[in-house]
Amino acid sequence: MSSTMNTVGRPTAPNPVDHDYKHPTLTGGRGLLQDEKLIFELDGWDKTGVDLPEPSADGSDLGDLARAAPIGLPGLSEPEAMRHYVRLSQKNHAIDLALYPLGSCTMKHNPRLNEKMARIPGFSDIHPLQPQSTVQGALELMDQLAHWLKTLTGMPAVALSPKAGAHGELCGLMAIRAAHQAKGEHTQRRKVLVPTSAHGTNPATAAFVGYQVVEVAQTDDGRVDVADLAAKLGPDVAAIMVTNPNTCGLFERDILEISRLTHEAGAYFYCDGANFNAIVGRVRPGDLGVDAMHINLHKTFSTPHGGGGPGAGPVVLSEALAPFAPAPWVVDDGKGFKLVEFEEGEADQAFGRLCAFHGQMGMYVRALSYMMSHGSDGLRQVAEDAVLNANYIKARLSDVMSAAFPDGPCMHEALFDDEWLKGTEVTTLDFAKAMIDEGFHPMTMYFPLVVHGAMLIEPTETESKQELDRFIEALRALAGAAKAGDVERFKGAPFHAPLRRLDETRAARAPRLRWTVPEGSNRAAE
Amino acid sequence: MRFTKDHEWVRLEGDVAVVGITQYAADQLGDVVFVETPEVGKIVSPGDSFAVVESVKAASDVYAPVAGEVVEANTDLGSAPETVNSDPTGAGWFCKIKVADKAQVEALMDQASYDAFLATL
Repeated sequence: MSSTMNTVGRPTAPNPVDHDYKHPTLTGGRGLLQDEKLIFELDGWDKTGVDLPEPSADGSDLGDLARAAPIGLPGLSEPEAMRHYVRLSQKNHAIDLALYPLGSCTMKHNPRLNEKMARIPGFSDIHPLQPQSTVQGALELMDQLAHWLKTLTGMPAVALSPKAGAHGELCGLMAIRAAHQAKGEHTQRRKVLVPTSAHGTNPATAAFVGYQVVEVAQTDDGRVDVADLAAKLGPDVAAIMVTNPNTCGLFERDILEISRLTHEAGAYFYCDGANFNAIVGRVRPGDLGVDAMHINLHKTFSTPHGGGGPGAGPVVLSEALAPFAPAPWVVDDGKGFKLVEFEEGEADQAFGRLCAFHGQMGMYVRALSYMMSHGSDGLRQVAEDAVLNANYIKARLSDVMSAAFPDGPCMHEALFDDEWLKGTEVTTLDFAKAMIDEGFHPMTMYFPLVVHGAMLIEPTETESKQELDRFIEALRALAGAAKAGDVERFKGAPFHAPLRRLDETRAARAPRLRWTVPEGSNRAAE
Repeated sequence: MRFTKDHEWVRLEGDVAVVGITQYAADQLGDVVFVETPEVGKIVSPGDSFAVVESVKAASDVYAPVAGEVVEANTDLGSAPETVNSDPTGAGWFCKIKVADKAQVEALMDQASYDAFLATL
């Protein structure tokens, strides 16, 4: 018996460890992170994971609807199925794991209080076709949310039902078209002006509604070129679509002039509210002359993003556009809350409705929970901290990376270009991939399109100074490596991710969208 | 061969202009993954957006360099968009336009002026 073991074989002292010794694993696993196949590729085709009683002798009521072919999934047991999906989820990145600096996305923490509120049975277990007298609380919540959104934006009306930012844009432009129609000007006003730095959804929405998109130039300091805008405005313009702060993370300082010129030309001012997080509680878009603006509840008001939950993009409307708001909306007639589905008279001019029911109730609950738990002072601080965090990043990285617009502060996102990478052979894409190896999700790359090799970082107010410092130190170290000629670190990155550099070209040219049963396999699990 | 500032090239064959995008445009876009060519019979004016080219990271409109009617489109690009990268001025052509006025083609940049234009970018 070795002197370092006790009588039951347990080591009595730690092994001396050579921390530099590395070897590939025998199974392809990485520590306790296992490789995971597609569910169709898992074993289990000759068994079933559950034990159900035999069907009754009366036969099935399904008739022709009974499944004729096997379902095509392996017969996994509950722990096997659980493990499959948990392993897959471990390969994903999430805001609950770390900083998520995607610019223009506002990946902020979704407070668990929101989730608790959304799961109150009175909100989660109701049905949109229930009698209104049985869902008074839900209707009151919608009314309250509408009140907060109108107050924060300084706008008189809001359409809650749009289900995403782009859906909100569609709602806003349809209201604008309806307003021009009411004035008999819709045949002459065929153009929508969009700055070059806009989100891609802006021109796409305008084109979808049937407008001709005309680009407005940008000045050297990243703002809308007002002279170019003035030259393009005219009796043939229906609306302009401007994001403020814009996608370069800069406040449009000529915004009042922009809205004045727009209204003088008889057009409407659509504001893309994707970046509302930077000004919430500080600036009311209504005071800037905005006629319609969508609010991404999943950005500014912290409801989950993308796969984390459905989105919601309510649209606030000015006095001029309010009569054209789509149904439904909530009113309090003193005897209780009512959902107005149709109204004679003025509302007749509206374009109808955008979705079958009232929108994303779960998102309404989460957003109002976020608003009420922060209060008006807290929401103001959200904007202040989001802007402060972005400026901290910009200030601490500007000596090693090149800020796209170095003069003056930024708003909620810090934008760098790839000027500083010149001569290093490292591209923005390589740099972003190397960030994954260092444990950070990359920032938004190559957007906005008006900046060469753009790197757009939006930390949001979620992050503490400690976390920002960790992020900044990692980027500074990488920047140093790039400039020192350590090209391999970047060209081959990521080295430590579950999958290495992917062939994006092949994925786009020849995508495999359907899994097919391998030739000769005999798979028949039910 | 003639060129536009939007990096289309035009080659006149009789009264038909063959149109595509230049090597410079193809290099700037990177690996092309999708091309939408115009419909045959479409009447175009100079500057009309009449085709779309998409790479992994960017989508771009292609503008009609001259006025006329589209008489043929290179439908092979649908299944082989990479041709735009490998042979932009040959097999990677986009469409053929029956031109209304050949002088419009002559008025475009020649190789020397286009090269000079590229040097300013």
